[in-house]
Amino acid sequence: MTTEGVVSKRPARRRFAGLFHGRPRLQVAALLAGPSAWLVVLYLGSLVVLLITAFWTVDALSGEVIQGFSFENIEALLNEPVYRTIVWRTVRTAILVTLTDAVIAFPIAFYMAKVASRRGKALLVIAVLMPLWSSYLVKVLAWRTMLSQDGVINWALNPLGLHGPGYGLTAVWLVLSYLWLPYMILPIYAGLERIPDSLISASEDLGAAPFTTFRRVIFPLAFPAVVAGSIFTFSLTLGDFITVRLVSNSQFIGTVIASSITNDLPFAAALALVPIVVMIAYLAVARKLGAFEHV
Amino acid sequence: MRRRKAHPARTAWLIVGGLVAFMLVLAGCGSSSSSSSSSSSSSGEGGEGLQKLGKSEGELNLISWAGYVEPEWAKPFEVKTGCKVNDKTAGTSDEMVDLMKTGQYDGVSASGNATARLVAAGEVEPVNVALVPNYKTVFPDLKNQPYNTFEGVNYGIPHGRGANLLMWNPDAVKSAPTSWDVTMDPKVAAQYKGKISQYDDPMSIAEAAVYLKFHEPSLEIENPYELNEEQFEAAVGLLKEQQPNVGEYWAEAAKQIQAFGSGDDEIGTTWQYQYFALQEEGVPVAASPASQGFLPKEGATGWSDTWMISSKAKHPNCMYMWMNYIISPQANAEVAEYFGEAPAQSLACDKTKNKNFCTEYHADNPAFWKRVYYWETPLAECGNGEEDCMDYNAWVKAWTEIKG
Repeated sequence: MTTEGVVSKRPARRRFAGLFHGRPRLQVAALLAGPSAWLVVLYLGSLVVLLITAFWTVDALSGEVIQGFSFENIEALLNEPVYRTIVWRTVRTAILVTLTDAVIAFPIAFYMAKVASRRGKALLVIAVLMPLWSSYLVKVLAWRTMLSQDGVINWALNPLGLHGPGYGLTAVWLVLSYLWLPYMILPIYAGLERIPDSLISASEDLGAAPFTTFRRVIFPLAFPAVVAGSIFTFSLTLGDFITVRLVSNSQFIGTVIASSITNDLPFAAALALVPIVVMIAYLAVARKLGAFEHV
Repeated sequence: MRRRKAHPARTAWLIVGGLVAFMLVLAGCGSSSSSSSSSSSSSGEGGEGLQKLGKSEGELNLISWAGYVEPEWAKPFEVKTGCKVNDKTAGTSDEMVDLMKTGQYDGVSASGNATARLVAAGEVEPVNVALVPNYKTVFPDLKNQPYNTFEGVNYGIPHGRGANLLMWNPDAVKSAPTSWDVTMDPKVAAQYKGKISQYDDPMSIAEAAVYLKFHEPSLEIENPYELNEEQFEAAVGLLKEQQPNVGEYWAEAAKQIQAFGSGDDEIGTTWQYQYFALQEEGVPVAASPASQGFLPKEGATGWSDTWMISSKAKHPNCMYMWMNYIISPQANAEVAEYFGEAPAQSLACDKTKNKNFCTEYHADNPAFWKRVYYWETPLAECGNGEEDCMDYNAWVKAWTEIKG
């Protein structure tokens, strides 16, 4: 009797294990079911819901969403000049922040990857990552204080007869460039690390001047990494609204979404499609430039 | 070699296609259920709310303006009724409406630009004032007003009222302004270019309308929240001219406090809350003094707040006890003095620490409130039976345009 119990238990477990035997596809499917459900349902799913919501409207008084198909929001987006101004302002700032970060990040990353000692390299990586340890909001509020009328920037510039930028678009550009810099440094650093030193030596042996080596060897090899970094800086700027609100009066795509989300959800959804479209275009260009080839 | 069974790209498209179909089905289900729930809640109108006060449920979830639910008077309420108070403060009326829609709260201190929306959305229930004994002695000019009574049914208990202030830094603004022209008239406001502080909310359009009502009688503005297209365009145009002079639009009280404290802003619209906070910090600020009747000559926008009970309240007895408590003479005096607004309860005037408080805040002076235009929800249908006024959606869109 006792043996029967053991016998009947074993095959059940074995049968379950046997189910996967010799079926690699099923194994993979079982392994990926959880993560892919997360990605598909929560991540892509919410994007699809967003897309659908953009075609709904709201009742003016109660603010209740009316579910029906209408191009009203999309039309408003395309026809009202104010939204074109806002989108262009956001994209322009994103481009500026990206260029600024690329220019600042490249020398730092190059020093980290090719010049610094092992110890110096470790210290620099920590230094680059350090700002990410403190809260985003704390950093922005610190900038707000620094940029204010009697803040430290004006205090430092006053003896030189200069005046800080104050709050405004320049402030947004400054703060966002500061905030996203680590996201640009790290990919470029990783990209430069992969370039063998022998290539640089070879270039020198063949008589290339340092600048030529940079222009013809290093930069082309590191360029995909710059583009990869730019995806971060560009998309993060495109979606930001807290910094914009705290250090400027300007409206960005993010601030308009934030202010319409409470009383006109479908319009906010329609607006949220703009960064998605811009990012798809950006990623297509990035792919052309080879950003995904070695990742 | 094994033959590949499916093309990876095709599989990916199949997944996306299936997903879209799945979401559409979900959306379809959502629409049918939500429409049925809204119709059932709005058909509950004409009812009288709770009929008999029961036992305390032991808990109460509130949405309030900052400074309305403070431990000083919430704790005694908890001790007295056994209702534990969980308070969530909101920064704007839009946020309050949004929070109420979650159905997780028992009540809200709604301003007039939220009440009509909450009633229309079926989020709040009529209030049976017979169960709120302290309601009897509330100032009569706060009862049965268009922002708390709909089609003859009471939807809330008045809490208190006040006017939005014109505040300035006396170090920068030498002679005390007597008119909103310092922020609204482009010529006068230009001298404070980059130093003007304006509330970041569509309700600012009403502020411009109050100014125009006084200075442009040809527009025939009656109520600054009931604007036809011509009047609306005039107000919006004024604010577009104001925009280059604005230093900062503030949506959070803390942001304005900081901007005045650091000298970035020097003049603009504010609430009593920020005014007192800045004075406490020792920042030089001034506002229209008693000799000017606390108001610039055009009058001002303001608020008259109402405690409303959610139609999905899980603790209705506690909410009724709260509504009665917050307008009891002692509690109403405390909250009014703390916040800096006129109490709703007439008997609160004997309980204030400052014995002149009610006189100073014109609690019992209906004539004063004639020049204060409480926040309202702008509607298309505005009194004349024609739908020719600009509704709130238009106000919101215009506000985006004004900021550019």
